[in-house]
Amino acid sequence: MAEFKHKHIIALRDLSKEDIELLISTAENMREINGRDIKKVPTLRGKTIINLFYEASTRTRTSFEIAGKRLSADTVNITTASSSTTKGETLADTALNLLAMKPDIIVMRHSVSGAHYFLADKINCSIINAGDGAHEHPSQGLLDMLTMKDRFGRLDGLKVAIVGDITHSRVARSNIQGLTKLGSKVFLAGPPTMMPPGVEKLGDVTVCTTMNEALQDADVVMMLRIQQERQGKALMPNAREYSRYFGLNPANIKLARPNAMVMHPGPINRGVEMSSSMVDCDQSWILKQVENGVAVRMAMLYHVCGGELE
Amino acid sequence: MDLLIKNGRLIDPGQKIDDTLDILVQNGLIKEIGKGLAAPAGAETVDASGTYVVPGLIDMHVHLRDPGLEYKEDIVSGTKAAVAGGFTSICCMPNTKPVIDNKTVASYIINKAKAEGSCNVFPVGSITYGLSGDRMSEMGELKESGCVAVSDDGKPVNNSELMMRALQYAAGIGIMVISHAEEIELVGEGVMNEGFTSTELGLKGIPRVAEDIATSRETLLAEYTGAPIHIAHVSTKGSVRIIREAKGRGVRVTCETAPHYFTLTDDAVRGYNTNAKMNPPLREADDVASIKEGLKDGTIDAIATDHAPHHLDEKDVEFNVAMNGIIGLETSLSLSLGLVEEGVLTLNQLIEKMSSNPSNILGLNRGSLKVGAVADITLIDPKFEWIVEADKLSSKSKNSPWLGQKLKGGAAATIVGGKLVYKR
Repeated sequence: MAEFKHKHIIALRDLSKEDIELLISTAENMREINGRDIKKVPTLRGKTIINLFYEASTRTRTSFEIAGKRLSADTVNITTASSSTTKGETLADTALNLLAMKPDIIVMRHSVSGAHYFLADKINCSIINAGDGAHEHPSQGLLDMLTMKDRFGRLDGLKVAIVGDITHSRVARSNIQGLTKLGSKVFLAGPPTMMPPGVEKLGDVTVCTTMNEALQDADVVMMLRIQQERQGKALMPNAREYSRYFGLNPANIKLARPNAMVMHPGPINRGVEMSSSMVDCDQSWILKQVENGVAVRMAMLYHVCGGELE
Repeated sequence: MDLLIKNGRLIDPGQKIDDTLDILVQNGLIKEIGKGLAAPAGAETVDASGTYVVPGLIDMHVHLRDPGLEYKEDIVSGTKAAVAGGFTSICCMPNTKPVIDNKTVASYIINKAKAEGSCNVFPVGSITYGLSGDRMSEMGELKESGCVAVSDDGKPVNNSELMMRALQYAAGIGIMVISHAEEIELVGEGVMNEGFTSTELGLKGIPRVAEDIATSRETLLAEYTGAPIHIAHVSTKGSVRIIREAKGRGVRVTCETAPHYFTLTDDAVRGYNTNAKMNPPLREADDVASIKEGLKDGTIDAIATDHAPHHLDEKDVEFNVAMNGIIGLETSLSLSLGLVEEGVLTLNQLIEKMSSNPSNILGLNRGSLKVGAVADITLIDPKFEWIVEADKLSSKSKNSPWLGQKLKGGAAATIVGGKLVYKR
């Protein structure tokens, strides 16, 4: 079995194809545990995990917490509204104080891109990125890929359309990094105000001028949340017009391959980036993504601890 | 103490001299230039063989942080850093606490520099009171107190009418306006150049056009009013083009760039390196090429450092939170000598951009080795190699992107007003 040599998981950009494949295959194995009546193994017994969330999160934080508990680790959650950008203790001081309590892993979400690299230089426990600014969200990227593998049995040669605010999306960046490393093609669509410069140079990435062009023959259609709260300024007239040009609906999904997967990292703005009927349709894999999130996070925790499967 | 500087290669662009000549300094002034000068009784002889003997270097853009922010730098440490970098004169920007917008603060700086500093310090007053951007400061009094220019450096004067009136008013008084050219709405919350690197790092970008628009406005205001303007820290291809065109039409515009804009690109930010965070931000390879072209063809008149000391606590933080700016006084000459090595500039042009041009732009009456001039002289050793090490820098702050790197060439000795104030 391949070996995972990274102490931290901060970005899929830092991982090789083999690393990503290993995490996904471990996650596939972890799923068996989640299907048991007693969903717990002793793998990480005696390990302490701190979930340090500087941004609101329900899904990701809960998923990491459950993942830790199913592996028998002791998990502690810290959710704080203020980050070090506001007055108060600096991120480094907070982390050093937590470190004094000897955690094995810190799972952190932070609003500043690159905050995890800054921390990794200062502390000696493992760090897992649960989302940093507009940079990466590696656990989301991995769970998205695991879900695609469930449907297609492979992660190469897929055409994946990602639609929405690419500039502010860490989900898009992690998916681009992971999918293109594994041999799939990514097609991006969104208003030009939400398309970051040079994004096509990140891998096998095509920037489309219209949503239809991205949807054409897609195996996977991934819709991104329009994050109004992240946008300092209006990048679009309003949700109504956005929905008209970049919303997924029963008509335009027909451009994709028959039975193409519909995905969304959540939380969904129903009626904005996708119509309600698309959220709940047979092609929707959205809840499967959430389910897979636990297994993927178990795999990440397991590998940064360098443990062995029993 | 009189000085005889012997056997150096004397370069003085103003007098069109480039020859092996000796200089005799008496009573703080240049007394004589010639071959084989004999040392008068009691004079100290400095052997300058292997070095370039040039008019003292002038850095027209420095943040000394004194008064008010002495934990970053002060007049003593800042001027020590200056002379170690070969500078005999520096101009300090007004974003101190309090701001240099009145006689008291200007006088404090001039007096402290005279009493405790190692080189000449010429303060730059603010264009607007307290850098507020809403009303003009008393430029007349500032000039009388010894300020050599006015600037709101750190931010632009956003109100175009106020900027136009400031240019007209300053021209009447005879004081240069230095513009920090940026369209602040376009800068927004950006923290680095907008481009592929910002996309990959997920950092908010500052588009180059934010600088270009402001540079354009400043040249148009200068053209309309007929008043002179100096554009600080030019970093973009667009700004170089706009200034070149304006000069071609006879607009009274001058400008400077900083060593980081001709040596680094935004690639230096990778790894979220806060010592590569400054404003304007590091740009891209085609901008660096344009800056070099601008230096070569004379569009860019001066090299200034924008020396911006910050405490470790202000830099050793998450990228978005880190303060803008890097120190530059002690690395500028080495990096700029690289332009000569690369063939971008002749040695003569380099000395113009680091001495006589800044002096002429601001009317400092320095930057010359003429007989009778104040003996501000820099001896440059182009050959020695050194490593930039935090604990060997004179500046209180160590925020340099070149830490740990090997540089070539620098000041062998610095003479201010006839006094040898630095020797390597």
